[in-house]
Formats: sequence, C-alpha cells, structure tokens
Amino acid sequence: MRIKRILIANRGEIAVRIIRTCRELGIETVLAASQADSDSLPARLADRTICIGPAQASQSYLKAETMVHAAMASRADAIHPGYGFLAERAAFARLCEREKMIFIGPTAEQIDAVGDKLCAREKAEAARVPVVPGGAVTSTKGALALARKVGTPLLVKAVGGGGGRGMKRVDDLSALPEQLELAAAEAGAAFGDARVYLERLITPGRHVEVQILGDGRGGVIHLGERDCSVQRRYQKLIEETPAPDLPESLRQRLHEAAMRFAQGLSYRGAGTVEFLVDRPQESFYFLEMNARIQVEHPVTEAVTGIDLIAEQIAIAEGAGLRMAQADVQPHGCAIECRVNAEDPAQDFRPSPGLVTQATWPSGSGIRVDTYVTSGCRIPPYYDSLMAKIIARGPNRMTALQRMRQAIADTRISGVASNLRFQARLLADAEFAEGGVDTGFVARALTRIV
Amino acid sequence: MSLTAKDVAEITRLLEDSSFSELHLEFDGMKLSISRQAPSGDAGLPVAAPAVLSAVLPSSAATTPVAEDSRSSDGVHVVVAPLLGTFYRAPKPGSAPFVQTGSAVEENTIVGIIEVMKLMNTVRAGAKGSVREIVAIDGVLVEFGQPLLRIDKSP
Repeated sequence: MRIKRILIANRGEIAVRIIRTCRELGIETVLAASQADSDSLPARLADRTICIGPAQASQSYLKAETMVHAAMASRADAIHPGYGFLAERAAFARLCEREKMIFIGPTAEQIDAVGDKLCAREKAEAARVPVVPGGAVTSTKGALALARKVGTPLLVKAVGGGGGRGMKRVDDLSALPEQLELAAAEAGAAFGDARVYLERLITPGRHVEVQILGDGRGGVIHLGERDCSVQRRYQKLIEETPAPDLPESLRQRLHEAAMRFAQGLSYRGAGTVEFLVDRPQESFYFLEMNARIQVEHPVTEAVTGIDLIAEQIAIAEGAGLRMAQADVQPHGCAIECRVNAEDPAQDFRPSPGLVTQATWPSGSGIRVDTYVTSGCRIPPYYDSLMAKIIARGPNRMTALQRMRQAIADTRISGVASNLRFQARLLADAEFAEGGVDTGFVARALTRIV
Repeated sequence: MSLTAKDVAEITRLLEDSSFSELHLEFDGMKLSISRQAPSGDAGLPVAAPAVLSAVLPSSAATTPVAEDSRSSDGVHVVVAPLLGTFYRAPKPGSAPFVQTGSAVEENTIVGIIEVMKLMNTVRAGAKGSVREIVAIDGVLVEFGQPLLRIDKSP
C-alpha cells in the first residue's frame, strides 16, 4: 500500500527530520503536537498540526489511544513514532495493528521480544551471539550466588528498558542488596517493570552498534556500525562511523552477529543492535536491540547516502528491502555531536527557556538536524536535545576538523548549552587518536574542569 | 436487550457519583465504556487545564488553540475540549442533543461527549448560565483546548 499521509507522533528535531523526508517523497504530514509545541518549527513545517493535549508527555505524546484516534480522524495512512515516547511501546504498536493503522516500525511482538532485556539475551544466545556473563535476579539470595559466580565489578540492569535508568554499578558484593533495591525502584518508576538482572561489567569497553534493516520476512542487511563510546552517565554525546581502531575481522563479526540476531526475529524495519566491544581481547557481547530509528542515525546516512527514514517508510509500505547488501557502500567518515540545552558548569542541569539567538554551522560536509531557531522556546517538559551536528569527510581527520570548526561556528544564546564542553572533547588528544572506551568522558572531565 | 439514551445517562450518573474513574460494560454483543475525562481528577472543570498552562507558558499561549476568543471573559464562559477526540453533541446518533442554544445549564450539566478510541468522555458546562453558541461541529475531530461552546453566565 502506498502511504500518502503520515501522522508524526513526536516532536523536536526528529519530527523535523521525518517531515523533510516526507516532503521529498510527496507524503503529507500531520504533526501531533502538545500545547507546548504548537508553535514549534515542526508544527510550522507540517502540512497540518493538531494539538493532542497539554504539555506533559503523559497527557500528550504518551497517550496511545489519542494518537491513534488523531491519526484515523485526520485520515493518515500511517504513524511514525520517531524515537522515545511511544516508539517502543508494544501496546501502542498492538493498538495500531488492531485498528489497521500502519505503524512505521517493527511488530508489537518484536518490540516485546527485544524490550524485555532477559528475553533479548535468550534470543541472542539462540542466534549464537555472545552475551555478557550474568542472568535474571529473582531473590537477593539468588542474586548473591549469581554475583559470586559472575564476579565483580558488575551492573544491575532493568529488564524493562535501557538508557541507563535502573542501572547500578556494584564493586563490592556487600553493596549488592542495597543497589538491587535502588535499581528495582528506579526501573519500576521508569518502565513500570521493577525486574532487574545482573551482568558482569566489562571495563574498559567500547559501545559499538550495528544499524540493520529488515523486511519482516527474514531478509536483513546491515548499514555498518557506529561507535558511541563517548558517553556521560550512559547518555551518548558523540557518535561516529566507522568505529575507529577496529580490526576488520572484528568489525565483520559484529555485522554478522547483528544480522543473525535480527534474522532470528524476522525483524521488520530499522533497528540497531548494540554491543560492548572488548578491544584488547578482540571480543564482543550483545547488549540490547533498539527497535526504532535512533538519534544518531544521520552518521550512517552521511557515509552510505541512504535515507533511513525513507527506507522505514518503504518497508512499512511492504516494499521490503530496496537494496542488497552489496549496494551498501559506505564512503568516508562521519561524526555527530549532540547539542543539548544543559549547563556543564552546573552538573549538566537542563536549561530550558527562550533561545534569543541560534546560529547553526554550514559548509562542506556539514549537516544540522534541529528544531531550534532564534526566538524559539525550549520547553522544560522534554529532553534537552536541541540539535545534532554531523560532519562528514573522506577520512576521520577531515571529518573531525570539520566538526571542530562547526562547533566553533555555532552560537546559542539565552539558554546554556554543552557546546564548549563538546569543543573540549573534540580537542582532546585521546579522542583525536580514536577508539576511546566508555570511560573517556569521565577521564576527560578531570582534565577539563 | 439494548441500551437507551436514558440508560446511558443513568449509567453515566452512577459512575460519576461513584469513586471509580472508568466503567466497562459488555453484554449481548454490545459494549459500553465510560471514563472520566481527566485522570488528574479535575473532571468537572475542563477549562482549568488550558488556562493554567497559558499562565505558565505565555509565549506559546497566543498560538495554541486556546486563543483570545476562547478565553472566558466576565459574562461569557467558554467550554474547551479537555482532550483530543471526536466531539458529539448527543449521547448517540439520532437522539436529542445534550444541550441546544438557549438551554439552561448548571456547572455539572453534560454538554457533549468526546470519543477517543470508543471511550466516551463527558464534557461538562463548568459554569451556570445559558448556552449562547455551540461552536464545535458534531462528529468532527476537536483538538485539545479547542472551544466547544459559549455560555452566558448567570450571576
């Protein structure tokens, strides 16, 4: 079925991003916006904007029934959930399926399978993809026994979701019972599921993820990997592709493992399989699969020339994969920096408010995905991501040089931003060398502050 | 056995007098779901939420559906949609509308329903007076905060 009108169940930069592709494809857009976003850039770019509720996400962007009703009433053929909000809520996908509304993403069953992290671990093992030593926690006593077997340091993680929430590090087993409780409470609040599990903490490790596309019938291709090791408290700051300093054989094994995992699910749509890479050991472990378009997808687009949103739509239309693996030929390197409205001087506290001036960079190899313009307001209700700046070059050094210049050319006034912090990370010799592990930001912070 | 408009009104009243927020009834292949409009508990005051939000976010207020003409003034009270959905003036097709122009209303009088995925949410007048104008069209999608009707307030 040809999709002619899409309801966008999201906001901010990703809503703008989806609208741009829809315009290129001649697809009409209906933006479902909260009251706080009624005058946002995506609201002005969309063919139609409908106010779905008050500012609080729980009363607007997270209201599954309201979204589907809005889509049907506005005669949309499909819903694009973007990332976050309803993107990985199986119940939402299921509601779409029931109402015969096309959900641009995987099936509800697939979301369930990867959303439950313990279930995902089992699927990984079944697909011969290595998992981090660990397992389910059912009691404190059982957890202690398992922890002794696994060894420290270890992580307590939430079964119901990722993103660092419900995640606790344990170095000493005496601290385990307390951390289990904390993690369970956090997980319960964030995901409505207080179950936790244990995993050995692999350190130093690198966070490398593989972008895949699946046709829903077992056909899967990969679009290379992204290195997202530059993180602060499990929040990604800089992403790049290809992953630097990775032996070619290891890179290939990562791609193959991601494809095996997705094939095992007959995965439909765009997805990302995340791995923890132990560079010295040249080994890797499955972390989780994200069943959505990801924030950092533009770096993959920059080197492959493939529009991932357009492919998501094509798959949702039933067109399957429009390219073979051999057609995916990445060229050069790309780096992405997230520009957040947060104040590094105040422990990265979010800084919503009026943006008095916003000047974004341009130039060869530069792409900016944003919803922030001079005079716009960053609402306090949502995440602090203002923009993603992507720099591409024939090699990593050129891409990095372009990114440094792009960050230097960016001006944001009115709200605090992490621009200077990002500039310092980009200037750091360790980052310039390439292949940093997830401990890099913490180390760099002691050098910077 | 089937339900009449009167039955639905009676069931709605029962739910409202109870401490429950939702009611689902299923029998003889027929299904009825009723829920109070706002989970926050301000079910009887549909206009409260947008008004408060406008005060918090003055820059966005002017461009939201809750624009100048939708704001209640001294003599006129504007009933706005407490949520997005399809607006219905009557409890079911063919039956008499809840209110008409000129109808006398109390604060608690039901003036319409908003349907979201077959869940019926009642909309109340929120002020005592008489219906001056019905702005929203029956059976059409209304956005959150959109004016539904105006009421001439009685002193």
